[in-house]
Formats: sequence, structure tokens, C-alpha cells
Amino acid sequence: MSTLWFCFLAVMVAVYVVLDGFDLGVGALHVPLARTDEEREEATAAIGPVWNGNEVWLLASGGVLFLAFPKAYASAFSGLYFGLIIVLWLLVGRGLALEMRHQIDHPLWRTACDTVFWLSSGALALVFGVALGNVVRGVPLDARGYFSLPLFHILNWYALLIGAFGLLVLAAHGAAFLAWRATGEFQARAARTARRLWVAEAVLVVVLAWPTYHVRHSMLTTFGDHPWRIVFPLIAVVALVGMFVYQRREAWLAAFAASALFIVGLLTTMAAGLYPSILPARAGQPHGLTVDNAASGHHALTTALVWWPIGMVLAAVYFTFAYRMFFRTERAPRVGGA
Amino acid sequence: MSNYVLVDRLQFAFTVTYHYLFPILTMGLAVFIFWLKTVSYFGREDHRFPLWRKTQTERDAYEGAARFWAKIFAVNFAVGVVTGIPMEFQFGTNWASFSNYAGGVIGQTLAMEGVFAFFAESVFLGIFLAGRGRVSAGIHWLSSLFVWVGSWLSGFFIIATDAWMQHPVAYDVNHGRAELNSLWGLLTNPWLPWQYLHNMGGAAITGAFVLAAMGALYLLLGRHPQFSRVCVRVGIIGALIFTTLQVFPTGDRSAHNVARYQPPSFAAMEGMFETAKGAPLVILGNPNTEQRRLDSSLAMPHFLSFLTSHNWNEQLIGLNQIPPNRWPDSVPLVYYAYHIMVGLGTILLAIAALGVLLLWRGKLFESRAMLWVLMLAFPFTYIANIAGWITAETGRQPWVVFDVLRTNDAASPASSVPAGTGIFTLLGFCGLYLFVGILYLVLILRIVNEGPEEAEARTTSVGAAAMT
Repeated sequence: MSTLWFCFLAVMVAVYVVLDGFDLGVGALHVPLARTDEEREEATAAIGPVWNGNEVWLLASGGVLFLAFPKAYASAFSGLYFGLIIVLWLLVGRGLALEMRHQIDHPLWRTACDTVFWLSSGALALVFGVALGNVVRGVPLDARGYFSLPLFHILNWYALLIGAFGLLVLAAHGAAFLAWRATGEFQARAARTARRLWVAEAVLVVVLAWPTYHVRHSMLTTFGDHPWRIVFPLIAVVALVGMFVYQRREAWLAAFAASALFIVGLLTTMAAGLYPSILPARAGQPHGLTVDNAASGHHALTTALVWWPIGMVLAAVYFTFAYRMFFRTERAPRVGGA
Repeated sequence: MSNYVLVDRLQFAFTVTYHYLFPILTMGLAVFIFWLKTVSYFGREDHRFPLWRKTQTERDAYEGAARFWAKIFAVNFAVGVVTGIPMEFQFGTNWASFSNYAGGVIGQTLAMEGVFAFFAESVFLGIFLAGRGRVSAGIHWLSSLFVWVGSWLSGFFIIATDAWMQHPVAYDVNHGRAELNSLWGLLTNPWLPWQYLHNMGGAAITGAFVLAAMGALYLLLGRHPQFSRVCVRVGIIGALIFTTLQVFPTGDRSAHNVARYQPPSFAAMEGMFETAKGAPLVILGNPNTEQRRLDSSLAMPHFLSFLTSHNWNEQLIGLNQIPPNRWPDSVPLVYYAYHIMVGLGTILLAIAALGVLLLWRGKLFESRAMLWVLMLAFPFTYIANIAGWITAETGRQPWVVFDVLRTNDAASPASSVPAGTGIFTLLGFCGLYLFVGILYLVLILRIVNEGPEEAEARTTSVGAAAMT
């Protein structure tokens, strides 16, 4: 039962990263890529109606973690205290910059909001990667299941590498989205950026395999023990190839979808490598939290199994409806006519 | 109490109180935006239902008012969302022991809030704000309904969580952790319905008085007369409905629940230091915890016993029968917060009743004195809402889960989050929220200054998408 909830949690996190990932990526590229006021208008208008809904997946994922694995929730959030609080402050700043950008019609105000939006989006993409890196590396859990990592220990070399990779993947995801949605010169620039970022992604995904094996052997050995799990990294590889092919063909919607699939492949690979741990101890240390010792009671998990799928179906219906409405047209028309 | 627990309490109290200022208006306005949209959508000149018998001009005024309030709603909602996200994470960051203990129960309601309320609310708000002109009038009306339902559903799951902390039900303790044994039991907690309705009524009262205040402001300034009359009319009628319901039945039943399930909180709220038969209802007075009595009190004899049990001579338990280690940390705080809430609620009910009387006699829009009162009344609805929450949350102390888990045992371990760390992030939140508050006021005042006729010039990024 707790294994099932581990899978649900992995799915929800993957949906979150795919959906909020493209608006974070658009944000991370905002100032360097969108150069004129019209282009920035176009970028923020493209994600404006959906970013808040996308971010709800983060809250819902947090809710499912709290519901199914309260001990992991309590331990991870208090142990990574500063990291979490920084995420919160960045989320506040980013949300406000995006929502308030149109409230005052002055170029200086828009520039200020654009800068906050750009920096906080990039920093969030980095910090989310750092958090995942720390989970993969393991944390120094004590016998009660708690730990404490000061800020500069959260920012260790492995976590920073994964953070940089996360930033890159989401930026590429955002670039693919813009290459699909934007128009004119802006679209061409986004397409060029997406192609360049693809090369970096392909290189880093190979390079990072070694340090990942170094910090946690099970991230690779799991595939020897359970050969069927090789399907997850395979998804990532196929998606990476697919991205390349569709980018060449200028089929940007397909390239964007491939990028989404790539993210799903990466995250499920990570989940498969961690399982049955949910918050592992450092390599060689005891007291790691697993899906068994961190899970809620059996009744809580079975009860939630009744209502959770209903909620997910409803959410899927809402999102399909809203996305069809907002992304119905082939391309968002340029603001200011023409 | 250890220092780090105090810091965690201060931080949560500050961030949750600040956050809640925005959902009060979100949940309150959602009711009235739906009301305005409904009249505008269903109104016909020959409708057999008198409330919907409206001319085209009147319907346009209601539609215009809905559009104006949607702009305020959008800014308010955005600030509510960004200040709300920290709340869900703070259970883990600052209250890890509580999360570990109670996650098996309240994880249900918090996760349900995410999947049932937040998704609906965020998606339909996007459609409501950006969909004008893109979707049919019927779908647009429906989206205003879903925004209301979504925001009230969100409130329901949060109150369900708090109700469990006030009156824990439907759980067993296993390996030192609470485990749910019935979701049905959790959602039919006897504490829940009245606390929920009382809380939502408080939000609706704020929405009503804000509507009336905006209309009153414009009438006093001599601007936008048609829009203002709609706002004052709907606001004052809504205010009378919801202030009345707030006293009876929701306030009355909530007090019964406190008396029945939390005798220490009830005794503190009423300033009852001694057990008494035929207990008096205290109108004024100052609790003196050292002497254990109420100084300079003005009280109505036997009324408290009657209100609580419908028996003039019922015996009510005083603090003297409760061990001091089960008293709320600060009896005066609970007492004063409760009396401020009740006092303001009574005054607001009187204002609403007077307003409706003047409206009925057709004198409201000419009475400048009454318009001044309406314009200045709305901040007190916020104070009453917050005072009510202070009563509930400090009344429950020294427990975080009543009679089960003490607040002292609920915080994150000092090794993970020492007091200094908590102070650092508390100050960070203070600074960030100061900036957020200034920004909020500037943006709201700009919308107010532009007025309702500046139709859709600027809304949020959501609105900007609609213009493309």
C-alpha cells in the first residue's frame, strides 16, 4: 500500500515539474531571451493564465507527502529548514512579480517585475534541483529520524551539480514552450536557444551518471536487480532523441512534449533508484526513512485511495478544459496588433 | 516554555494571521461576485422572482460591478496565494513533531484541500478573469460559481483540520502517532459544522461591508452613482443576513461546543474563575489572574447559564476546578479577544440593521452620516475575524491538539531549528510581508481611484492574456 502511494507521489511530483517547469523555464530565460517589451509581454501572457494552476501541483504534492509519509515530510522540511524557507520567499516574490507586472503601466515598473521574475524563477529551478540532489545523496538522519543541514551544507557539490542540471532542463523546457507559442524573431531566438540547451542536456545527463553512482550506488544497481525498471531511463533516452528529431523538423509542440517526457523519465528513474527509501541516510549510515517506516497508518492510506483518484480525475478535466481554452489558437497573437 | 517553541509560535501566529487577512476578503467577495453575476445573468424585466426583476440598465450595472470587484479579487487572491504557500510548508519546517504525530490524520484534509479545492479554484479563476468574451455568458456565470465553491471548499478543509486540533476524533494512537480510523468520523466531527459556518459567515460579513464601504466612498465623492448604489444595496442586505446568522445560530452553537468540549477555554473566554450556579454573563470586566477574580465587572446575572444550557440555574465549571497546567497560557488574552469579537459583532449587526431600515425607507443614499459610518466600518470586520481566531487558537492552549499533544512537544527539534534560526526567518517574513502589504495597498488604491468605468484596462497577467 505504501509502495502505491510512493508511486502516486512520484507521479504528482513529475506532473508538477512538467507543468510548472515550463513557466519556471520561461521565467529563467525571461530577461536574456525576451529582449523587447513586446516580447516580454508575449512571454508573460503565454503563461499568465496557467502558472498559478501549475503551482497548485506543488501544494498538492506537498499535501500527498504529508498525507502518506508524514515522518518524511516532518524530517525533510525541518532538516532542510533554510532551503525550504528560501523556496518560500522566492515563490512569494515570483508570484507577485508575475501578477503585479500589469498593474502599473510604466516601463520602469515592468523592468523591475521582469527582473524579479527572471531571477526568482532561475533560483527556484536551481534550488529544486539542489533539494533533489540532497535527497539522492542522503541526509545525516539521527535515531529519531530528524536531521539538520546548515545552508552551506545543503549547497554541497553534488547537490549544486544536480541544481545546475535542473536549471538547464527547465530552461530547455521553457525554451521549447516559447518556440511553440511565441512569434516572429522571438520564436526564432527561442528555437535556437532550445537547440543549444539540448546539447548541454545531452552532455550533462551522461556526465552526471558517474557522480550519481558515486553518492548512491543503488541509483544504477537497481537496474541490475530489477531489470524491468530500466524502462524509466529508457523513457528519458528516447525522449531526448525525440527532442532532437522534432527540433530539427521544427515541430515545436512535439519537441515540447518530448521535453516533458524527458523530465518524467529523469524523475521516475530517480524514484526507482531510491525506492524503497523515501528520505535515505547518507551512504553507509543507518536510520534512513523508507516507504514503510515513514508511512501513515494503513487505514489512512486505504481511505485516501478512495477519494484521491476522484480528485485527480477532476483536476485532469479542469486542466484539459483550461489548457484547450488558453492554447486553442495555433500561436498567441502578437500584443498590440499586427 | 522553551525559547525555540516561543519563536515557532510567534512565527506561525504572524504568518497565519497576516495570510488570513486576504482569504477573509477572497471568501467574502466570492459570495458577492456570484450574487452580482447571478442577478446580471438571470435578471429579466418580467421575471416572476422579484429579486431578479431587473431592467437592462440595472443588469448592466450589476455586470459592471462584478467586473470591478473581479479586479480587486484578482489582486487579493494573488496575495492570498503567495502568503498561503508558506503555511503548508511551515507545518513541516517549524512544527515537525506535530506533523509527524498528526500527519496520519490531518494529512487527509490538507491533501483534500489541494486536490478538491485548489485545482478547481485556480483553474476557474483563470477562466473567470480571462474568459470574458472567450466563453459564453453561461460558462462565465458558472465559473463565478466555481470560484465561490472552490474558495469555500478550501475553507472547509482547513476548518476540518483545525476542528480536529480543537476536538480530536476518529483516531487511534499507534507507536506514538495518531492514525486515522474513519474519514467519515473526521468529516462529521461535531465541532466542525458550526465552526465552519461561523468562520465563513465572518468572511461574508467582511465581503459585505467592503462592498458597502466602496459604494459609500464613491457616493460621498459624488462619483459612479449607479455602481455605488448597487454596491451599497447588495452590501448592506448581505451584511444584515450574515451578521444575523453569525449571532444565531452559528455563534450560539459554536459557544455551546466550546462549553461542552473545552471547559478551560470556555471559562477563560467568559472570565469565570469560580464555578457557579446561575453564572452571570460578563459584559465588561478585567480578569485578574493573580487574585483569580474579575475586576470592575458589569454582568447580567444568570444569563450565561441560560444562554449555554437554556436553564437559568445551570452550574458552569470555573477555572478553580481546572488544574492551572491545563489553563490557557494567557487567560486575559482569550477573554479580551473573545469580548472584542462579540462586541464588534453586535455593533456591526446594529449598523447593518440601521442601514437596511434606511434603505427600505429610501433614505440611505441621501444620509451622509450613515454613508460615513458604512465607509469606516469595514476594518472592524477584519478585527472581529482575527479576534475570533485568537480566541479559538489561544483558548486551545497549552495544547496544539486539545488534551492530546502539548504545544511544547509539537515544534521541530531545537537541533534542527534553533531559536536564533527561527528569529532570523521570522524577521525575514516581517520584512517581506511589509513590502507585500505596501504593494497590495498601492495596487488596491489605484483600482479604487480609477473606478469601475475604467473597464478592463489593467488587471493581472491573467487579464493581459485576455486582451491579446
